Amino acid sequence: MRAQYIARSPRIAARLLGGEMIVISAEDSALFSLNDIATAIWLAADGRTPLREIVEQRVCAEYAVDPETALRDAEELVRELSAHGILLSSDQPFPDAA
Amino acid sequence: MERVTAKALELGVPISAQLDLTYRCNQRCIHCYLDHDDRGEMSASELRDLLNQMARAGVLFLSVSGGEVFLREDLFPILEHARTLLFDVKLKTNATLIRERDAVRLSALEIRHVQVSIYSHRPQVHDSITQAPGSLERSLAGIRLLRAQGIRVVVANVLMRPNARDHAGVKALASELEAEYTIDPTITPHLSRDRSILALNVPRGELERIFRDETLVGDVACFTAPPGPVDQSILNGIPCSAGHTACYVSPYGELYPCVQFPLSCGNVRLQPFADVWRHSPQFQEIRSIRARDLATCSSCVHLGTCTRCPGLAYLEGNLRGPSTADCEKSFLRTGIEPAHALPLRDNSDRAS
Repeated sequence: MRAQYIARSPRIAARLLGGEMIVISAEDSALFSLNDIATAIWLAADGRTPLREIVEQRVCAEYAVDPETALRDAEELVRELSAHGILLSSDQPFPDAA
Repeated sequence: MERVTAKALELGVPISAQLDLTYRCNQRCIHCYLDHDDRGEMSASELRDLLNQMARAGVLFLSVSGGEVFLREDLFPILEHARTLLFDVKLKTNATLIRERDAVRLSALEIRHVQVSIYSHRPQVHDSITQAPGSLERSLAGIRLLRAQGIRVVVANVLMRPNARDHAGVKALASELEAEYTIDPTITPHLSRDRSILALNVPRGELERIFRDETLVGDVACFTAPPGPVDQSILNGIPCSAGHTACYVSPYGELYPCVQFPLSCGNVRLQPFADVWRHSPQFQEIRSIRARDLATCSSCVHLGTCTRCPGLAYLEGNLRGPSTADCEKSFLRTGIEPAHALPLRDNSDRAS
């Protein structure tokens, strides 16, 4: 299975508000509120770390959750956020990632 | 959005802020509440540091304004830094100085929208308000450059006596430019507290017509409906977001509750932004005020629906008093007398 890399879109606005990440899409001005786990994945989306590693380090290490279930849920989250243009996803690391 | 604002209020986070980069301007609008001298604007380095602090304090929605922001030669590095910090940026400008390369750079920055003040579709009226010959033509050229880059533009139409009947023309112009349109019939006293520019306020008869124009207010019956009963939740409510979830920073680092509320709460050149926001006695006083504490207004039938501006009330001399312009709007909207006796004023419909 090929690795999946994720990066935060530069087209969004975002702020952590009381532990909850608020993200606004530039495409349609839609406002998203990310829960704890989604926020942890969002913050770790550096474009270089594979999603599986992010899930292991930021989700499984912090929350009592089965790794395969956590990865499936994370992939679903990435699909949803990518569809709104607020997260970028690729099977290669992002060259401009910080 | 309401939930985000409610959470910001609960946490005491300034989720919205306006930052004026300069008071200098290439226009001299007859209703402007600012003086246009440079009394020591914050440098780009100071502004970068301030933006870092504002991001840490939780500011998300950032309006960057002036004066005319394009007179700052370092505007783009400042905007770039703001976007790097993931602020949701709106820019206010007269657009007269925007060139194609500026529009291209703004587009790349993914700012939310650019708000441009247009007073009239008639050049002689617009230019007489800005006191800058050719300014309507230049503003429209700027808007077209922005639209060509796909940038969302909001045409802001401040109404006053000389342009009181031009809103339909400006709205049509905005539509032709594929821009959004907002109308504002409020003239703010000068920050020096000189109230003479209030004579420019739209005549009452014209304001009544505006309030009954469904193309401007939507459902007229709903907009002009009598206010409902004043209950405990209204009495216990906060009068405005200014100082609760919103603030304003002047080009000189003064921190205020709102651009229209010139009660200085501290200076970010002397204290960290978060310290002023959290601990200044002025902010704390503002936050202690509930609708029930308002002199006159707490016994007014319009309390729950009035647009009372605490900044305008402060400029009238009482932080807890009525804002006469809003009392007047409540009356003209509903036909029901407010608790605050309205002053007599020239009501002639001499709008040109």
